[in-house]
Amino acid sequence: MNTASTEAGAKCLLTVENVTMQFGSQPVLRGIDLAVVGGQTLVVIGESGCGKTVLLKILIGLLRPTLGRVIFDGKEWARLPEKAIAKQRLRFGYLFQGAALFDSLTVFENIAFGLRAQGGRPDGEIQEIVRQRLHEVGLPPTALSKKPAELSGGMKKRVGLARALALSPEVMLYDEPTTGLDPIMTDVINELILQTRSQHPVTSIVVTHDMKTVHKVADRIVMLYPLSRLEPGASQIIFDGTPEDLRLCGDERVHQFVEGEARDRLREMKNGE
Amino acid sequence: MASAALPPRRLIGNAIQSLYNNLAEVGDLAVFAGRVLAGCVRLPYRGTLVPVCYMIGVRSVPVVMVTGTFIGMVLAVQAYGEFAQVGLATQLGVIVNTSVVRELGPVLAATMLAGRVGSAMAAELGTMRVTEQIDALDCLGANPIRYLAVPRFLACVLLIPLLTVVANFMGVIGGAIICTYVYHVDSHFYWRNAAGAITMYDLVTGLIKPMFFGAAIAVLSCNRGFKSDGGAEGVGRAATNAFVTSFIAILALDFFLAMFLTRLYSILYPAAGPKLFGG
Repeated sequence: MNTASTEAGAKCLLTVENVTMQFGSQPVLRGIDLAVVGGQTLVVIGESGCGKTVLLKILIGLLRPTLGRVIFDGKEWARLPEKAIAKQRLRFGYLFQGAALFDSLTVFENIAFGLRAQGGRPDGEIQEIVRQRLHEVGLPPTALSKKPAELSGGMKKRVGLARALALSPEVMLYDEPTTGLDPIMTDVINELILQTRSQHPVTSIVVTHDMKTVHKVADRIVMLYPLSRLEPGASQIIFDGTPEDLRLCGDERVHQFVEGEARDRLREMKNGE
Repeated sequence: MASAALPPRRLIGNAIQSLYNNLAEVGDLAVFAGRVLAGCVRLPYRGTLVPVCYMIGVRSVPVVMVTGTFIGMVLAVQAYGEFAQVGLATQLGVIVNTSVVRELGPVLAATMLAGRVGSAMAAELGTMRVTEQIDALDCLGANPIRYLAVPRFLACVLLIPLLTVVANFMGVIGGAIICTYVYHVDSHFYWRNAAGAITMYDLVTGLIKPMFFGAAIAVLSCNRGFKSDGGAEGVGRAATNAFVTSFIAILALDFFLAMFLTRLYSILYPAAGPKLFGG
């Protein structure tokens, strides 16, 4: 396994040290060590249920790990008081898997939400920022008055992205940004991720199992393996490297996932393995 | 086919685990309630209180009116036979109005609101939880408890007493309609006797209790919603649990408040309580 952790001279923005996460008696993550460099686009891949989304929520402090620690910009989440956590969290933008738009608010109110919650900005400035973000994600001004229920899946994702970008975050987290979208809209979202990176100085962490997204946006790829199928004591990160390293990786588990081959998996599922 | 009984050690272990889980839930609820109360110190987020007040207060008025009316009517129907037999039909207003104002109006109105408002709040917040909207609030710098739970708590505490007043009023009217128009009780004596029966204590307790009922409904329902998981089934379970726990809380609070307020009343008014109207 090749590693491409901290590059020489590059600042490490997010560090995950020996993070373990358990829900009740159900372990999800074990001994995760990860360092994310500022400006990098890290893509986390893995099978369903391997803990990708859980890891993402631990990175932003929405979940507290059972063991281990997460350090963002030199500050450990667990040592910060609640107000400080809320303040640090504003430096992140999070695009949720289902967009998580607020149902009772219009598109405008959704995108403006973080700006209003932060306070201190006149309405005119908020309106201008909202229009800019909406334009960036390719939605017309007529969408502003719509409610989320009136939007398609792709539109919801784009509004979610506009909302996440409204506060000009330093770190963008994308949780399965293309799941449930048609192939064209999938590529639109991929293009938006690249555009966001070029227009804003962000560090991006993308969780996905869409290999097209991986190849299009990733500077670095990390693959998690489900604990239920892992040998005791083995690392849950079974790949950490560049897209080029992924192509050359000799690990059969990585190869099976990248190529999307079922192999013995269906038989194992039927036998309850 | 008989199943193998668990060994005693396992049974004890399960019981201890169950007790621990229940205590943890109570602790979690207490922390949640504390955070909601702490959130009330500051003004609610702009645009959150009025829509919630409309949903909880204004839209509950018709069903509260119906509830109150039927409470009064049923009381009159059930009591008339016994009172008429001993020639005390004109005293029916006393029993109907006192029962409505002191107990049945607050408790039944709160129970109905626990079902209507409590379940709705739990379902709405549960849906927001499973669709990650509550996480989104955290990510955008809004405190979810201050944004979602506090407006609902304030609306319930402030409006459920007012809704109880509506229920009580309709209960009095419903009882009066049955007594005077159906059973032809003399309306002059009916109202004169009824007016003398309601004391300041009845009115005050009838307003204090609903405040506590409202607080319980809001805290329990919002807590269930926030902790919801498991998709649609989890949301449904949260809504059901919200009503059941709110209902049990209403009954328990009614009992303890009755004991406390009665004791307080006897300390403040050792001889006899003040009457609202001369009787």
